[in-house]
Amino acid sequence: MPRRFSNNSSSNDTSNPPSFSPSSGKGGIANKASSAQPQPIQAAPQSTGGNPPNNASPPISSASLSLPTISLSTATADYPHTDEMPTTLFQPPTPEEARRQAKQHAQFGTIGHPSHRYSSRHPGGVFPEPVMDEPPYYYLLTTYISYLILIAFGHVRDFFGKRFREENYRHLKSRNGYGALNSDFDNFYVRRLKLRINDCFERPVTGVPGRTITLIDRATNDHNQHFYLTGTTTDTLNLSSYNYLGFAQSEGPCADIAEDSVRKYGIATPSTRAETGTQDLHVEVEDLIARFVGKEASMVFSMGFGTNANVFPALVGKSDLLISDELNHASIRFGARLSGASIAMFKHNDMKDLELKLREAISQGQPRTHRPWKKILVVVEGLYSMEGSMCNLPGLVALKHRYKFNLFVDEAHSIGAIGPQGRGVCDYFSIDTAEVDVLMGTLTKSFGANGGYIAADKYMIEKLRAINSGIFYGESPAPAVLMQISSALRIINGELVPGQGEERLQRLAFNSRYLRLGLKRLGFIVYGHDDSPIIPLLLFNPAKMPAFSHEMLRRKISVVVVGYPATPLVSSRARFCVSAAHTKEDLDRVLTACDEIGNVLQLKFSTGIAGGALPPTEEMTPPPEMEKEWHRKRSVQLTPPRWRIEDVIRRGVQDVKSPLY
Amino acid sequence: MDFQETHRLLSEYLHELANLFHRVPGSAIFLRYVKSSYQDDPIRSAVELFLFLFAVRYLLAPKYSTKPGVVPLTEDEIDDLVDEWVPEPLVGKPTTLEEMEVDKRTVIVGPVGPKSKLANGRTVTNLSSLNFYNFNTNEALKEKAIQTLRNYGVGPCGPRGFYGSQDVHMKTEADISSFLGTAACIMYSQAFSTISSVIPAFSKRGDIIVADKGVSFAVRKGIQISRSIVRWYEHNNMEDLERVLAKVTKEQARKPLTRRFIITEGLFESYGDMVDLPKIIELRLKYKFRLILDETWSFGVLGRTGRGITEHQNVDAAEVDMIVGSLAGPLVGGGGFCAGSEEIVHHQRISAASYTFSAALPALLSTTASETINLLQHNPDTVSQLRDTAKTMRAQLDPRSDWVYCTSAVENPVLILVLKPDVVASKKLSYTDQQFLLQDVVDECLANGVLITRLKTLEDNFEPKQVVPAGLKVCVTLGLTKKEVEKAGTTIRHAITKVLSKRK
Repeated sequence: MPRRFSNNSSSNDTSNPPSFSPSSGKGGIANKASSAQPQPIQAAPQSTGGNPPNNASPPISSASLSLPTISLSTATADYPHTDEMPTTLFQPPTPEEARRQAKQHAQFGTIGHPSHRYSSRHPGGVFPEPVMDEPPYYYLLTTYISYLILIAFGHVRDFFGKRFREENYRHLKSRNGYGALNSDFDNFYVRRLKLRINDCFERPVTGVPGRTITLIDRATNDHNQHFYLTGTTTDTLNLSSYNYLGFAQSEGPCADIAEDSVRKYGIATPSTRAETGTQDLHVEVEDLIARFVGKEASMVFSMGFGTNANVFPALVGKSDLLISDELNHASIRFGARLSGASIAMFKHNDMKDLELKLREAISQGQPRTHRPWKKILVVVEGLYSMEGSMCNLPGLVALKHRYKFNLFVDEAHSIGAIGPQGRGVCDYFSIDTAEVDVLMGTLTKSFGANGGYIAADKYMIEKLRAINSGIFYGESPAPAVLMQISSALRIINGELVPGQGEERLQRLAFNSRYLRLGLKRLGFIVYGHDDSPIIPLLLFNPAKMPAFSHEMLRRKISVVVVGYPATPLVSSRARFCVSAAHTKEDLDRVLTACDEIGNVLQLKFSTGIAGGALPPTEEMTPPPEMEKEWHRKRSVQLTPPRWRIEDVIRRGVQDVKSPLY
Repeated sequence: MDFQETHRLLSEYLHELANLFHRVPGSAIFLRYVKSSYQDDPIRSAVELFLFLFAVRYLLAPKYSTKPGVVPLTEDEIDDLVDEWVPEPLVGKPTTLEEMEVDKRTVIVGPVGPKSKLANGRTVTNLSSLNFYNFNTNEALKEKAIQTLRNYGVGPCGPRGFYGSQDVHMKTEADISSFLGTAACIMYSQAFSTISSVIPAFSKRGDIIVADKGVSFAVRKGIQISRSIVRWYEHNNMEDLERVLAKVTKEQARKPLTRRFIITEGLFESYGDMVDLPKIIELRLKYKFRLILDETWSFGVLGRTGRGITEHQNVDAAEVDMIVGSLAGPLVGGGGFCAGSEEIVHHQRISAASYTFSAALPALLSTTASETINLLQHNPDTVSQLRDTAKTMRAQLDPRSDWVYCTSAVENPVLILVLKPDVVASKKLSYTDQQFLLQDVVDECLANGVLITRLKTLEDNFEPKQVVPAGLKVCVTLGLTKKEVEKAGTTIRHAITKVLSKRK
């Protein structure tokens, strides 16, 4: 039976404490819920009426634009000679001011309540194995059947298409002595499956990809082959960009500093780093990054993908072994293939499998010759972009001590987004950065800039500067991009606008946990680590991808949907990327939308093993004498969580700070 | 009695078993099958029984590794081996050349312009940046860039497929394709990573690539990762190209038709010389190869309005299947592009690695590229002025030096100077010697207020190895007057003479 609260009174109604279904397991929720009710209520008026103490000004509503000026000085009009300064209590903003503020808020929302902050770090102890929830077999079966139907239809359409619409298949056939441009087989997926949902990808946008994003509306006349712009735009809530810390802004200190750099330095650095593409800015940013991630030195590049693609040939080569997580990003595979090293893979985040692979590699040596490997480089990502899972760094470091391999961590998504100081996975697990040989990351995501970096010991960076092709041939990063990076970094570490960096980090941590907990409680299957700002929501059936995307778009929320081949065939998913720019109200909007869509699309099929079933707060830890019984009950009576949206929102803020499992 | 008792029990037990067997659904069919087949063909039953027993034995047999040459080891032995294993350090000791590379790094303070300030406080004439048209500090362009910055922020925070396709990207793509006269265009966020993703997007295992031996590092990486069959032809040698094409066509005549590509550059990165495009087009049509042309160094430079080698040699851009170029150098934007037919561009949007898996280009770099293309298109004089400046510089260096000669084409604003073969032979200079010597020249120039650079190249792990001659790189810029260019040219010439004549 789905878990449900019987009461449906609105959460604002304090005089009428909600009554709950009289199940013994839920008594704890009832008490806790009613006692904590005032908190979210206080938050609501503060966010609309009060003036929060930080730099932000009150949010603009249409009503405030027509408000009259309230001034105490009008009362003293009879005494014109008074020395007192006129005391204005409330001055409605001028239209320009209002527009500017509205723009600011569309890029970065003001925090609704001081309690909407959290600082995430590993609680210590063993890194928990990720809990992977599975849907009922019905959904897996229908997913396979859906793909079968799609493939069958595709072949039927191809059969007729190749006979009656030959012009559409030109690039798949040999013509006039030229081989087919694309392979018919490879193209089948694109032609017959992806084309159907093409309108969910490459949606054109304009403006800043901040808290909201402006989509340029488009339509199609030929079933998603081509799109034409309709000339209108739609403002949507942005849960799709990798804008973790909300630095995608066209206003504020970062943009001001970036503008200054364009005025002072020009637009680009038109040279490669090895020739004369190194300016004082590059040196400064490299030092900043090195200090930020906790390494001796670093290098910056103008492209994150290129950073990985070019660094591996400089690190490993023939008679070296590269062991890579099976879900590593395409750029790592690209670089690994170029390096000429032997490549082995281990199961995603599975330390036992990695240990097996290491033991085999070290004991057997190179294939055929059995010479020992010259070196072994293990490559993992800090945070996996499709799974939301975090690498098991404590496990990796323990294995590293035993097996003496080198460790490369790609912090493309985790830098800035993870850890109490935003310094990535090492910060999160409180592990000394010396344990990781090479830290790589992108500057595209958390810092709202572009490019990538490599950080390591000084002697390593000096050597890499002389042998890395990205330094020799890649264009140098532009001044504006560099200053965006440096200002973002200085805000995070508190040098610039003290307090703001901390707020961004804590809001991101809060938002990530809040949305994840909410989705779990509503009954969705979500993957990934609890503190990860990437939240994949599992859809399974392929047709639910466009349906989910369209329904979200109708509710003015932009999300990313991904399916095969970026994910395994069955586990199509929607992915939310949470940002510090989002407010709790934004996330509540997302939760409400998901609730509605989840009911219609039958997406609520979690079993509760991944959390969300019982609120695991301090009050819920049972008295010692009942502990055994409580645990037994908990493991046996795993009721699938199906909370009502009102309860999810009401309980979210307080519960989010306790462990989610 | 005892025996009888046992017999009775046994038969009872067997009877029970038979009963149980009869109760299994389908047992009747099985019995009937065995009975009839035994009556008709007892050998067949025997063979079937043997097969059944073999299958049982196979399934119960212990597992063994299918990898050849795996030595079975006990856990203790593995532990010992793990303890014994000493890996090499992740990066080795730098060579002297590599140390020099890092030590001699020039750091420019402030903007990159025709006159740049260095970290030591001196202001020098900058002949090392690709700032040919001096667009980098152009006020109008800066204003445009700032406007974009104030509307779009800096980064697009996502790949093109996931809400990273900004209208400015679409506009720049349209601008490039209309500038070149191709049907479509796709933009990448780094010029260097463009072609190494374009090539493997089309050329797969089993396809054939015929490439110039002198192509750039990026092209070689693309060819390497495509895992196609590669045939090389001598650098810029059209007879050799025809020979290779004829040979490949003959070899492949009986095999199924695969994709075939010719890959070459417009202006070569490592030599600066120019390709004979009309001849290549003629050959490609004759032998039915597709053409991938890397215009990284010629786009925005060659032709009346900077459209590149196609305009310069009067070739219709549609005759080239893929034109790859850079927006980063003289156009002071960022990223690279590939222009071609709609099918070719569309295919890359799904399958080119560095497009799909990389964040989009910052909007301000994209709009800058659009603007500079527009500037070139409307001021053909600028492009011809650059050509004149290159000629002025060349006149100071190439014909008047006893030590070096210029391998670049006359129109190329990048002058690559390599030591004359007789100089190398008479002084017995190894490759490393040449690099050190040329660095001395660079230092000498810098001491006299002119910033140039060595031609920086890297050896890769792709066979056959490519040997790029050591050279100096002089990049002219319109930001200097004719007099200044001549003066800088003289300084460079004198520096070369001074350093090389000192060397015994």
